[in-house]
Amino acid sequence: MVVFQKPNGLTDAQLHYCPGCTHGIIHRLVAEAIDELGVTGRTIGVAPVGCSVFAYNYFNCDMVQAAHGRAPAVATGVKRSDPNNIVFTYQGDGDLAAIGTAETVHSAARSENITVIFVNNAIYGMTGGQMAPTTLPGQVTQTSPYGRDTSHVGFPVKVCEMLSQVDGATYLERVAVNNVKNIKAAKAAIKKAFQYQIEGKGFSMVEVLSTCPTNWGLTPEKALTWLEENMLPYYPLGVYKDKYKEEK
Amino acid sequence: MSEKVLMKGNEAMAEAAIMAGCKHYFGYPITPQTEAAAYMAKRMPKLDGGVFLQAESEIAAINMVIGVASTGKRVMTSSSSPGIALKSEGLSYLAGCDLPALVINVQRGGPGLGSIQPSQSDYFHATRGAGHGDFHMIILAPASVQEMVDLTFKGFDLGDKYRMTTMILADGTMGQMMEPVSLDMGEVKEYDKSWALTGTKGERKPNIVNSLFMLPADLEKYNFERYEKYKLIEENEVMYDEYMMDDAEICIVAFGVAARVSQNAIDEARKQGIKVGMIRPITLWPFPKKVLNSAADKVKAFVSVELNMGQMIEDVELATRCKKPVLLCNRAGGVIPTTEDVMSKIIEANEIGGAN
Repeated sequence: MVVFQKPNGLTDAQLHYCPGCTHGIIHRLVAEAIDELGVTGRTIGVAPVGCSVFAYNYFNCDMVQAAHGRAPAVATGVKRSDPNNIVFTYQGDGDLAAIGTAETVHSAARSENITVIFVNNAIYGMTGGQMAPTTLPGQVTQTSPYGRDTSHVGFPVKVCEMLSQVDGATYLERVAVNNVKNIKAAKAAIKKAFQYQIEGKGFSMVEVLSTCPTNWGLTPEKALTWLEENMLPYYPLGVYKDKYKEEK
Repeated sequence: MSEKVLMKGNEAMAEAAIMAGCKHYFGYPITPQTEAAAYMAKRMPKLDGGVFLQAESEIAAINMVIGVASTGKRVMTSSSSPGIALKSEGLSYLAGCDLPALVINVQRGGPGLGSIQPSQSDYFHATRGAGHGDFHMIILAPASVQEMVDLTFKGFDLGDKYRMTTMILADGTMGQMMEPVSLDMGEVKEYDKSWALTGTKGERKPNIVNSLFMLPADLEKYNFERYEKYKLIEENEVMYDEYMMDDAEICIVAFGVAARVSQNAIDEARKQGIKVGMIRPITLWPFPKKVLNSAADKVKAFVSVELNMGQMIEDVELATRCKKPVLLCNRAGGVIPTTEDVMSKIIEANEIGGAN
């Protein structure tokens, strides 16, 4: 008897992610969410440029691969072509918060009825560990070898906080996948974001704090601790906006 | 023959797109093509399923086009030179993903912010370097409002037939001028789009629209296959128009507004007994190489008339294998050559090489 298997929303393709990388967990959460909501057959995903570029091979639904940062614009076209489609983008921090900032902000401003899965690991992973818009002050990367100097390159972009000021944004939540409790909360947030889309409620984004053991230069276990000790204080978890939050 | 209506070029092509079954338009304001967007903003919401969306940038607009194109529906954007340059990234992705789309460039003077007057200085961009990587787009060059209509309609068919981008390379004159047009376009053809992203409905394997290949041999294979397709297009889709070429000793090559000016100059020169005619490319890619090469065996010189610093002239020289001299008659920066400009080049061409 099979007691634990891949969700239908994932293909059998072998993931290429580094050992200890949390992309695999996040992929699974997205797949479980669309499966449980019964929409995998009408879901179209948009893959980014970055570590998760091959997402088009992993999700068991129609997929389009977008240019760097342009996923929300491509998703806009896909959604406007047939509003019955459930459309999501899966983007990293460089993609979403640097080169694609305009597309992110304006898809939120238009309240495009799409779901954005934003994976924030504070670094450019695929290109080998350069400074990202989300790299923490003082954090050492390949292009900030003496630590991120805020007097020279400025400060990290807090995307949930920024988009919470955009009227069109419907639902914004920051979650993390560093422990079981947080993974369960992340799953609930992702599912809620898709549920909102199904109900036509507009733009939703779930920011998922994620690890990059390879480029952080840490073991998978220590990377989880680093996330907890460094990212959580700078990027507090929680719901930053929910237009449809039930009154208590 | 259907009834004719008086329309501005930009609006006529927008209406032709709608008649071709295009229900999705994405754009960003830029002179001198904004009438197309304004027309679509009025018309699209009145159509069942019609979408007009003003994007936050040219880049976003072309990526929205990619989104709709990947679902298999007809989609377009229009812009002018600086805006088209911004769309270059998306044009390359459209090619790499083998997606059909219609893009209209109502050219203005450049480089940089340039001018808002008519120009043909994006010839190289359109035919050579519309984005990174090896690819072509089908480039159609209208010389009247009627052709703006006809080529827009045909452009969607070509795009669907070959799964690639068709670009209407117009200029400010074509976009802004008014002429009577017939909008009798005929049937919209259907094409197989089993590759499109429509949701698996749990009934088939996922469709993937993608331009990334990790193995060089795979990418090479796709590039060679795409160029086989381009070869077919070069064999089957060349369009051009001839004017007074039967006995011509001088052949003018011109497209768009330059061809209209040239036609006036030809009429003038003929009155003076100079045997001059014109080959007007309607497809700039594929370029009408064969007819020009044949013409090179009959005429003594060519004159390339262009609203740029001399771009198409390179294709004329290549097509004719430099068998005969090719003179350049050009104005740039938004200036249109006058009949006199063309006349003086015709006379110069007539003087070289003596009698044929």
